[in-house]
Amino acid sequence: MNGVHDMGGMEGLGAIQPEPNEPVFHERWEARMHALALAIGAWRKWNIDASRHARERIPAVDYLRMTYYEKWLAALVEQMIAAGLVTRAEVESGNPATESTKATPPLAAEMVPSVLAKGGAVNRTVPEAPRFNTGQTVRTRNIHPKGHTRLPRYARGKQGVIERVHGAHVFPDSNAHFLGEAPQHLYSVRIEARELWGEAAGNREAVYLDLWDNYLDPI
Amino acid sequence: MPMSHDDSDHHHAVPADTALRVKALETALTQRGYVATETLDAIVDAYENRIGPQNGASVIARAWTDPAFKQRLLENGSAAIAEMDLAGLEGTDIKVVENRPGLHNMVVCTLCSCYPWPVLGLPPVWYKSSPYRSRAVIDPRGVLREFGLEIPADVEIRVWDSTAEIRYLVLPERPAGTEGMSEELLASLVTRDTMIGAAKVTLPPRGERS
Repeated sequence: MNGVHDMGGMEGLGAIQPEPNEPVFHERWEARMHALALAIGAWRKWNIDASRHARERIPAVDYLRMTYYEKWLAALVEQMIAAGLVTRAEVESGNPATESTKATPPLAAEMVPSVLAKGGAVNRTVPEAPRFNTGQTVRTRNIHPKGHTRLPRYARGKQGVIERVHGAHVFPDSNAHFLGEAPQHLYSVRIEARELWGEAAGNREAVYLDLWDNYLDPI
Repeated sequence: MPMSHDDSDHHHAVPADTALRVKALETALTQRGYVATETLDAIVDAYENRIGPQNGASVIARAWTDPAFKQRLLENGSAAIAEMDLAGLEGTDIKVVENRPGLHNMVVCTLCSCYPWPVLGLPPVWYKSSPYRSRAVIDPRGVLREFGLEIPADVEIRVWDSTAEIRYLVLPERPAGTEGMSEELLASLVTRDTMIGAAKVTLPPRGERS
């Protein structure tokens, strides 16, 4: 979706404000929010692509105003309600519905170190050979899907060169909508700054993006 | 959502009820048995005390002192990092990009805030902010200048937009004057921002060296 989250190339969003000696979490609720999102994720009612898409669907004016963990909160609540884990009333009140039964958390405290160390790999094996080779010139497609995509607007319809063939990865445009992992080949694509931003851009600058087979056409 | 900022200049200020809403959420989810308080404590502890940029710094210091490790790191970042038991969530597939004379790398995620958690910990606010996400790809030299880093016009800049599950770690240049330093001392010079590409590794002023 052409949402405000897709902000590469925009101007006017303010100054960058590095913070010396920044803490990992600024407030305790941020730490709890981070942990809640990971712990509820262990129920596997959704996937990382669906979570990203949930955050992208936050209304644009709210998205720009919210902090990172406020977005996590807003998106997580909507995901949990959609998955039938909780009702909005339970979330707002903190009181579980009286008829609810008590579940057993899938992620126990002693499992945390190994689960964090393992992560969730998304590389997959597919029978097809990659369509493109390293060094090959390609053009990104000019697509504007209504749903989730990882092809940023600024990089659509642009010519680039395959820098590296990563192998097959889960396709977010499908997985985010629970339509299957639909793995396909992923490539590192180098696009020159002047191709992206015109002749005024530097001639010694390039952007590298990781792009799936479906985002690319041969030239 | 009611806005009750008591410090409007502070970019972390949040509506006062957000903390209460998270607390209500945690209460509801623990009472339903969806999550356990001890699990949440363990996750917070991991990211506050174990998973942070000190991990990445140890990888960089080893690469500077062990040429064979550096070669493995550049060829297959995840495998080399796994040798040091530092792989994990949001970093199962890490690619290391090397700064060298004439080439500077920097990392961004324009679409969200993808970041190599196992080696750098959780991202700083500036990395997740709209100003950085929007401008890093269109004006990398200007962005780096805001960090106090002037990249000469004849140096190529490569910006890595983290659009998939590959995570990027910058291998910064080892500064002159560090010959003979131990791996541990070298690691202490490597800051988070140098591994994102927003800074160069520098030596502390002479009087402050240990």
